[in-house]
Amino acid sequence: MIVKLIKLFFTFFKIGLFTFGGGYAMIPMIQQELLKGSYLTQAEIIEFIGISEATPGPFAVNIATFTGVHVFSEYPLIVQILTGFTITLGLILPSFIIILLIAMFSSKIFENKYVHNALKTIPPLLVGFIFAAFLHISLTAILGHYNQEINFDYKALIIFAVVFLVAHIYKKASPIFLIILSGLLGLFIYGVF
Amino acid sequence: MKKLLDVFWTFFKIGLFTFGGGYVMIGVIHDEVVFKKKWLEEEEMLELLAVSESTPGPFSINVATYVGYKRARFWGSFFATLGVVLPSILVVTIISLFLEAFKSNLYINRFLKGISAGVGVLVFLAFFRIAKKIKINIFNGLLFVLGVVVSFFNLISVIYVLIGVAFIGILVGILKEKRRKLDDS
Repeated sequence: MIVKLIKLFFTFFKIGLFTFGGGYAMIPMIQQELLKGSYLTQAEIIEFIGISEATPGPFAVNIATFTGVHVFSEYPLIVQILTGFTITLGLILPSFIIILLIAMFSSKIFENKYVHNALKTIPPLLVGFIFAAFLHISLTAILGHYNQEINFDYKALIIFAVVFLVAHIYKKASPIFLIILSGLLGLFIYGVF
Repeated sequence: MKKLLDVFWTFFKIGLFTFGGGYVMIGVIHDEVVFKKKWLEEEEMLELLAVSESTPGPFSINVATYVGYKRARFWGSFFATLGVVLPSILVVTIISLFLEAFKSNLYINRFLKGISAGVGVLVFLAFFRIAKKIKINIFNGLLFVLGVVVSFFNLISVIYVLIGVAFIGILVGILKEKRRKLDDS
């Protein structure tokens, strides 16, 4: 069991080290690594992508915890909790170390003129990424996943429109408030109609 | 100690309320860290965003580690990062243990479907807020379109595009400096 745990720890350490861009960009590598070690099946991974969208936090963190709990499912509860935690630690350790180093030397790094010029150029590109994410998230909710057939969900469109309107009128609405509002609207609209 | 708790709690909240990952988090993080707590300047946030996209790992973890360090050195980093991942670890552990019940619960499903429909608004707000800070010109416009196309159609790994654009930024900087020197002499 310890050997398996160490192996999984380093598998996720590797995933954490080599996946740039976060979010959906991480899925292919995670999929490849998990299938290679036969920790999860393809069907389990796809199912978990859906569940992960419904749980807080980054997808990579979610699937790390899930794998840790799932792979050791024949052990007692407390062991599963610890393995889930340990494997998630493996995933976040690389970024933790790298960003810690950057933060420690931030004054030197950010004042370097090459770094400064490079970072100054990137924001428009990021805004593009964010807009693409907006398109992706909204279209998926309203039209369904894009590798499946189109399944127009007008209720999702209504929820989107209401939340948008609330955010527009009530400018101070915090993101957390808007998330809870969306959930409540979901309960109401999918329940009543 | 109070500082550590504050950092931990703030990032715990961020971790708890960011469904849908990455770009949804930008809005929540921006609201908490820049507006409410004023731990980062708007400018710093943009720089950090760029750094975070160019380093491995999810954005929220990168921001937590960085901001935590600025607040209270190593332990600040440690508690901020722990805070931001703890909610997902807890929730996913519970879900994994009751996977079948979770999948088939009608109310949970409706609540979550509502969230997936509304969460796009948050991303749009983050987009709008950050886009306002950017000068409008042809070069930036092209970069924006490039970002949308590459990311939406998942053409190549974003890291190559980031490296390419960073390189262009450095080149432009060198050329400008050369021209300035020529003008001076």
